[in-house]
Amino acid sequence: MNLSEVAQSGGLFSYAPLIIAFPILGLLINMIFGRRLGERFVGITASSAVVLSFIVAILQFIALLGEPEGAQVMMADWITIGSLSVPWALKVDSLSVTMILMVTGVSALIHIYAIGYMHDDVRFQGDPGRFARFFIFFNLFVAAMMVLVSANNYLMMFVGWEGVGLCSYLLIGFWYEKGEGGIANAIAGKKAFVVNRIGDFGFLIAMFLIFWTFGTLQFEEVFHLAEHGEVASLGMLTAITLFMLLGVTGKSAQIPLFVWLPDAMAGPTPVSALIHAATMVTAGIYLIVRNNVLFGLAHTSSDVVAIIGAVTAFVAATIAVGQFDIKRVLAYSTISQLGFMVAAAGIGAYVAAIFHLVTHAFFKALLFLSAGSVIVGLEHGLHDSGHHGEGDHHDEDGHHDFDPNDMRNMGGLRTKMKTTFLVYLVGALALTGIPPLAGFFSKDEILADANQEFMAIYILLAIAAIFTAFYMGRQVLMVFFGDPRSDAAKRARENPPVMTLPLIGLAILAVVGGGLNLPGIHSLTDWLEHTLAHVHATEFNLFVAVLSTVLALIAIWIAWTVYGRRFLQEGQPDPLRKILGPLFTVFENKYWVDEFYDLIIVRPYVSLAAFFADVIDWRFWHDWFHDTIIARSFRGTARWLAEGFDLPVIDGAANGLANVVKSFSTRLRALQTGYVRNYALSLFVGLILVLSYILFR
Amino acid sequence: MNVPTSYLLALSGVLFVIGAMGVLTRRNAIVIFMSIELMLNSANLAFIAFARSFVDLQGQVMVFFVIAVAAAEVAVGLALIVSIFRTKQSIDVDQISSLKG
Repeated sequence: MNLSEVAQSGGLFSYAPLIIAFPILGLLINMIFGRRLGERFVGITASSAVVLSFIVAILQFIALLGEPEGAQVMMADWITIGSLSVPWALKVDSLSVTMILMVTGVSALIHIYAIGYMHDDVRFQGDPGRFARFFIFFNLFVAAMMVLVSANNYLMMFVGWEGVGLCSYLLIGFWYEKGEGGIANAIAGKKAFVVNRIGDFGFLIAMFLIFWTFGTLQFEEVFHLAEHGEVASLGMLTAITLFMLLGVTGKSAQIPLFVWLPDAMAGPTPVSALIHAATMVTAGIYLIVRNNVLFGLAHTSSDVVAIIGAVTAFVAATIAVGQFDIKRVLAYSTISQLGFMVAAAGIGAYVAAIFHLVTHAFFKALLFLSAGSVIVGLEHGLHDSGHHGEGDHHDEDGHHDFDPNDMRNMGGLRTKMKTTFLVYLVGALALTGIPPLAGFFSKDEILADANQEFMAIYILLAIAAIFTAFYMGRQVLMVFFGDPRSDAAKRARENPPVMTLPLIGLAILAVVGGGLNLPGIHSLTDWLEHTLAHVHATEFNLFVAVLSTVLALIAIWIAWTVYGRRFLQEGQPDPLRKILGPLFTVFENKYWVDEFYDLIIVRPYVSLAAFFADVIDWRFWHDWFHDTIIARSFRGTARWLAEGFDLPVIDGAANGLANVVKSFSTRLRALQTGYVRNYALSLFVGLILVLSYILFR
Repeated sequence: MNVPTSYLLALSGVLFVIGAMGVLTRRNAIVIFMSIELMLNSANLAFIAFARSFVDLQGQVMVFFVIAVAAAEVAVGLALIVSIFRTKQSIDVDQISSLKG
């Protein structure tokens, strides 16, 4: 589509580029002035940047109310080669504005929370100077995410896609010198980046195929041509969408590329909340929903998407049951819920997917931040109980061998951290899908759609929902109920309002978020109808709703019988181990997926790389080829030139010339005898010669 | 008694050669001078012979010039020899070889 059709910055839409500009401005200010102006300034600048983006997003929302078809806002020309035109342009429509509002809103709250959290964390880890760097990365992430969701073409979206991957890497490895062995955090960051890259490869191939097939990279044109033009065969569309799916599995942590997300919990908790729960991981689902035209045409791919989503949801939910790290439970829960969304997108329920995406952002961010609050509370308890100082066990990495993340070290925090407990409970109930909290409506819409379209998917998702309820119940009971199982837990205390207020904000959103798409009123469906083709409002299926609620309550009751009737004591092994037996070990070891990948992929690759580096590059190339062949022959040539050629020939010529002159002059000198009579004789001889010449010529 | 001009010229030539041999061969500086005088005088003789044969007085005038020049040259030359004798205590030309290269 040529840019003459781009809406020429009408009214409020023209402010859209500010959404990206504000976080970039924030990060630049923090980069230049941050260290000098102190923590409070850095935190306020970063948070204000995101809040301002949120306000601009609201302006876009208002603009869309008047003009629901949206607009494309041109920022700058980027690539124009022949018929390919890839501009820096924003597509402001109901789908992107929904994403932008969610991301900036949740980001703003998390930024504010992070001010308090990082203030404690940098002191706990021992490097107060790193505070500014955190917020610089955080703002960079928001900027990149905004580019991702508001792009109007695949290439710009890919820039944002890569940008969020980069920020994820930077933030996971934020404490790069900490972690097990002084390197575990950095390794986790590297793992995230590398696994994401595999997904990016899929995205890139898809983009190449799109360009090859359609000749353009802009969304509007591609979708138009796909539907009405005759350019794309079914096979090509299937290929494109399957490669896109690879990208989705990387970014949104689905099978087979989900392995980076649990390790990513090595980053500070606000990072887990923002990037790995609410925003970056949703980019994959956004990609599918944005490309609903292509996925709608390639039915096989849609089915594959749905199956992968459902299987991931199920498997991740089972793994979460066997985890002891509070953040890891939430990580696998995130993978599972992302599976719900991916499955919904696969069966064509795009509105349900986006609905669940938004509500999930609310309660998962809430859960992560509350978990962070719990961890910080425990760390304060650790300090207070006198462990810091003489009795503290630090190994060389500065790593406390008391793990504040381990749920077995918690317990009884209900009385010690009341606000955190309440909001955590709200988040857990929302995640489990208890009406009337937000999670119920969104998850139920997915289940209702699945029930209608694809029964196998419905069964998998329903079982996953049961496990979800169970592990959340297990977690709440282990963390907040019973007696404290460690000194740190005994002395844990509540956190200051800068951390608890955002939690309350998110809790409110988790409660009322369901109002976005209530059955019957379905405001979100109507809203997204302008952007997505073929959406229909899901009918409220009473049977599914009641069944899921009942199953969730049963699962919670089971969790209570295991963990609630007799609370877990200090040092007691998990009772689930006895009940499930070897199955629990499978769950706890996450089906040994990481070990499997390590064996099949990582180790051969590393040994191949070592082979190339040591044998081919070093021994063959450097040692043999360079040193023996090139260096030696060069030196030999140089020696020949110096000794064989320069010395004898050139020096010889010069010296020889001098010698000739010398011998000649020596001989000539013999004429100068000094004897007058010799001179007289030569005079005489010359005279005779001249005379004979004159006489006989 | 008409002496043929060729006899006079032959005598002149012989005298010149004797004088040249003397210049080239003798070591005594005064003897060399005498030989030079001999050469000069042989040239004089040649002039006279031609003056007589062509009945032209110009030849005889030349002789006067030559004699005058010879006298001047002897004066200078003898002064040089005296000076050399004062330095070297000898007039052996073979000993004046300090310009030897």
